[in-house]
Amino acid sequence: MTKHRLVVARPVPQAVTDRASSEFDAVLSDSADMPPDAVIQALADHRAEALFFSSNLKLNSDFIARLPQSVRVAATCSVGFDHIDVAAAKARGLIVTNTPEVLTDCTADLAFMLLLCACRRAWEHTEVMRSGWRRSFGMREMLGIQASGKTIGIVGFGRIGRAVAQRARGFNMRVVYTDVARAAPELEHGAEFVPTLRELLPRCQIVSLHAPGGAATDKLMNAETIGLLPRGAVLVNAARGTLVDEDALIDALTSGQLSAAGLDVFRKEPDFDVRLAALPNVFLTPHMGSATTETRNAMGFRALDNIEAVLAGNPAIDPLWS
Amino acid sequence: MTKAILLVTRRLPPAIEARSARDYDARLNATDAPVTGADILSRAEGASAVLCCPADRLDAATIRALPESVRVIGTFSVGFDHIDLAAARERGIAVVNTPDVLSVATAECAMLLILAAARRAGEGERLVRSGNWQGWAPTQLLGTGVSGRRLGIFGMGRIGRELVPMARGFGMTVHYRDQVRLPTELEQGATFHDSDDSFLPVCDVLSLHAPGGEGTRHWLNAERIGRLPHGAVVVNAARGTLIDDAALAAALQSGQIAAAGLDVYNNEPNVAPGLLALENVVLLPHLGSATVATRDAMGHLVLDGIDAVLAGREPRNLVP
Repeated sequence: MTKHRLVVARPVPQAVTDRASSEFDAVLSDSADMPPDAVIQALADHRAEALFFSSNLKLNSDFIARLPQSVRVAATCSVGFDHIDVAAAKARGLIVTNTPEVLTDCTADLAFMLLLCACRRAWEHTEVMRSGWRRSFGMREMLGIQASGKTIGIVGFGRIGRAVAQRARGFNMRVVYTDVARAAPELEHGAEFVPTLRELLPRCQIVSLHAPGGAATDKLMNAETIGLLPRGAVLVNAARGTLVDEDALIDALTSGQLSAAGLDVFRKEPDFDVRLAALPNVFLTPHMGSATTETRNAMGFRALDNIEAVLAGNPAIDPLWS
Repeated sequence: MTKAILLVTRRLPPAIEARSARDYDARLNATDAPVTGADILSRAEGASAVLCCPADRLDAATIRALPESVRVIGTFSVGFDHIDLAAARERGIAVVNTPDVLSVATAECAMLLILAAARRAGEGERLVRSGNWQGWAPTQLLGTGVSGRRLGIFGMGRIGRELVPMARGFGMTVHYRDQVRLPTELEQGATFHDSDDSFLPVCDVLSLHAPGGEGTRHWLNAERIGRLPHGAVVVNAARGTLIDDAALAAALQSGQIAAAGLDVYNNEPNVAPGLLALENVVLLPHLGSATVATRDAMGHLVLDGIDAVLAGREPRNLVP
């Protein structure tokens, strides 16, 4: 049987490469991301039926218009799809899929790691070590915030938000959450629904963002909403950089309104606002919420599963729209 | 009524200094400068109690020279190696400390180290701060997930037991090694191992929570490291002496251990250069219990002990 023809537009983990080459007639990216023109060229040369990509490639209306007619499905190896012009893809009749679910635990783990690192001043503490230590600390120096027993506010109670709530319970934290609607009682496990962000924030010593990006949530955390938190609160964002007004964040971290923040995402990536890197009371990671070998393999496999389903004439498993 | 005089050797958290000043004629140290035995003696005239810190040295000579009025020494620490207990006993001075209140903060620190080591947080942080981050990529800084992994706790005392529910929230299954099996209600469903042979091979993540001392010195050596699953994560927020640093550094280089998170070291503050040079370690400066909540709890406990001794009651935190 002839294998379906696929272009993989960026390097992927070895296990995913192996499967792509064994199950498809695949053109792979060996060491570097393919630039957009090269992707179009490869798709045309290869008469490809499917494109495997992620956030490096912007599927804007111009790019979609240039896609060869042979391409029927484009699978992004990500949950987010801010890099895709959904209307243009729909109009072209292109099927686009993503990879939800497989990175829930991994992202929740990283969010909680940021929470602990921010609370416990991990950046300052690790810097002490890198500069040679050589000093003892007084009884009120370098003290962090104990996360255990605090009230955590979860903004966005989807899969990842709920997984963070589960972790918080292991630390005897009180969990309050807000979302567009209350979750089913069996998903709450004792978490308390608060109808609005404005009512939620004054109650949380720690707030963790798990809402989607986009215009509706842009700068959800701004000078006014950050001001609703109790003084000295801790903010965690492992969701989308656009959720936070970074000018207001920097002001609050400098004034003490926020005592610390843990950030995995930024308004601009990778050329993020370097004023953040000058602050001692932040813990910063380079968008690595899903960065484990197991999860990246699972994401790649899920993207390949979607491509296989569509090319076999079945419905996509994770279509962006239905 | 006149208040008793309390000498406080170092700066303490604001809540504790406030309580000291409320209940005592408190002689606080506004500068937080380290103090010698002579400094303590020069400020001790008429004091009923001395509240000291682990960096102070209350040796036999200092204790013998304390004024007759001193009836109790409180130390803002669990450990009391810095106080000559025999000399205190001779003088009839009670010693009180701060046991039990550091467990939660220390277990939190262990969980932080587990996550940070497994997820390569140190490398990620340094990449962002360096200004050289080139953007997200599918194979960048891939770490190890903790969900579904097996956590081995070596030493299931108070801190080890605090770690159990934390780890379980991350979907980890918990195993432990100790001299004797705990009562079921303290086990919290963790699996007991009565030998290293059965314990070491299940430790995808190994967190040490045993006491120091000769009995556990370099317990984690090259031979035991070799019996961990390949690519295990090792965390130590207990005592530096539990680990043979050279063997750990070698295993971190070979990949037998994927990553380590350490808050304690042999020969603090002189950390083995072999560890400092590695990328796959997360190193903290022995601040496992350094939270505001813990320091406040320690301060209140030591003041409770001092209050009790001066009121003629038996304190619950008396050092025997």
